[in-house]
Amino acid sequence: MSDSAQLLAPFSLTDNSGVDVSFDGAQQTLLCFIKEDCPTCRTIVPVLKALDAAGVNIVVVGQTVIGNNKLIEEFNLSFPILNDEKLKVSFAYDIETVPTLIHADKDGKQVERQEGFVKADWQALTQGLVDADLELDWDRLPDWRPGCGSLSVDPIIADKLRAEAENSPLRARKIEIAPADDEFEFMFDQGFSDGLPIVPPTPERVIRMLSGTSRDPQEVIAKVAPNLAEATVEKIAINAVMAGCKPEYLPVVIASVQAACTDEFNIHGVMATTMGASPVMVVNGPIREKLGMNMKLSALGQGNRANATIGRALRLVIRNIGGAVPGGTERSTLGNPMKFTMCFAEWEERSPWEPLHVERGFEADENVVTLFCMTSGPTLIADQTSLEGSQLASSMAMSLQSTHHPKSYMSSDTLLVVCPEHVDTIMRTKGYTKQRLKDEILEATRKPTRELIQDEQSGVGIPKEKFASMPEAFQNGQLTKFASAKDIHVVIAGSDAGKFSGAFHGWVTGPGGSIVVSQKIED
Amino acid sequence: MTTILDPTNEKAPVERQLAARHGEISGRLAILDIAKPRGNILLDKFEVLLAERLPNVTINRYRKPTFTKPAPDALRAEIKAENDFLIEGLAD
Repeated sequence: MSDSAQLLAPFSLTDNSGVDVSFDGAQQTLLCFIKEDCPTCRTIVPVLKALDAAGVNIVVVGQTVIGNNKLIEEFNLSFPILNDEKLKVSFAYDIETVPTLIHADKDGKQVERQEGFVKADWQALTQGLVDADLELDWDRLPDWRPGCGSLSVDPIIADKLRAEAENSPLRARKIEIAPADDEFEFMFDQGFSDGLPIVPPTPERVIRMLSGTSRDPQEVIAKVAPNLAEATVEKIAINAVMAGCKPEYLPVVIASVQAACTDEFNIHGVMATTMGASPVMVVNGPIREKLGMNMKLSALGQGNRANATIGRALRLVIRNIGGAVPGGTERSTLGNPMKFTMCFAEWEERSPWEPLHVERGFEADENVVTLFCMTSGPTLIADQTSLEGSQLASSMAMSLQSTHHPKSYMSSDTLLVVCPEHVDTIMRTKGYTKQRLKDEILEATRKPTRELIQDEQSGVGIPKEKFASMPEAFQNGQLTKFASAKDIHVVIAGSDAGKFSGAFHGWVTGPGGSIVVSQKIED
Repeated sequence: MTTILDPTNEKAPVERQLAARHGEISGRLAILDIAKPRGNILLDKFEVLLAERLPNVTINRYRKPTFTKPAPDALRAEIKAENDFLIEGLAD
């Protein structure tokens, strides 16, 4: 392998005696990167000895101090091995395999680079450097050895090296936590947490998280209210680390930030309202399986890392980047446990109907996250005795009438999570569609408008004066709980056992509140 | 020592500073209604009382399209251009 144009970076390291040795590219040099526990590296040490004896300028870089000393003693070396224990030079030189032999010319440019040991290539390279034959029995050396992995590409070390390198993609402010400080306590004190412990977002963890997306770390994904601060991919990744996400979850978190910060979803109002609203995230598409998301038993509950941490990451982004903090612009009267996290996947394969994302205009094989704004729920719809679709639809409608208040009509929406056994009950009616379910639920919520007037039992309802001012047709008419069947969103999730569906009650639906938003998840 | 990356928006200073106090209200005064139901009733009364107390001050009224969202940029710019002081009726 050769690259004649590349100018090699100068470096300085200490040798095994603690003396500084520099490579400045001012004369022809053979650089060799080795690691003591690599059998191929040990095989080529006699070649290095012979080159040194023949007066060739060699610079040998070893990756562990103990290993370097071992080699010097064992092979009785007269040349030093430079200490690259921090692996900065190995990383900067992009060493993937040891041994790597680099031939630098007198101008410090790389003439040739060999990885592993191929005897014929090494012979050819060394013959060009010395006039006479090397004092070396080439026949005793193997024809070929592959070499070993450089420590600088060890997965545990490489992310740290990448984070600390000069061309690191990280731009966020670095915060040093003093050794006497407990890092977890420190982060609580800084207000970074939702109240539960968070994973310290060290540079190497953030670098690893960024490997989950092909986006530029400095790409601005959204402006996050209330501070209208820019959420870059890097900042989102930092919060995803804190939430406990794996790198492969990051694209879902990014898409959820995009969706949350649209004017339609209106994350500012969602977080600020005294009603205690919060986003619910539904994930659709093949990515559900890839991430191991839960859509079955306890799908809305605890115990699944992807579900729990993706939802939490969105919340931390809103808190830390947007600045929505309880007592600040977040003014919820009671709060809401869903503000910690609420994310699940739809069990598309168990559904007789098209999944949520297809219903909302996406292809079945696209990955999509849908955000619904909830104020309460999942409210259990315990119906173990309805026997067919229409009966169950009207039964569900009765339960949904309690959304916000039984006399509060036409202002909200709902996300109905239908459990598999309820699906089976509904499908006893052959050909029953999702649209029919929505229509029948809506119809069954219909009430005479007069029943919704404020009275002695309830101050909630239509004010008497307002009612009196309305046209006769309205006064003698009826109202449905939701403005339209489109305000009933239906997904399938849960275990195969149990006739218990759940409903998330919405907030104020429409342009003055929050509208459901679906966002395609891009790599 | 552990190094972590700042998860926040890094806007400095973190704690916002209060604007300088003038001691008295003069010139043009904006009253911003955030459009919370019945907020206008309170602000109407307030405007009458202010006008009595500050006869030489011009009072301008503004209204956000909805209390649930931040004021649009254009409205913020308009208020800033047309006034020296602002009173905003905030939430419940």
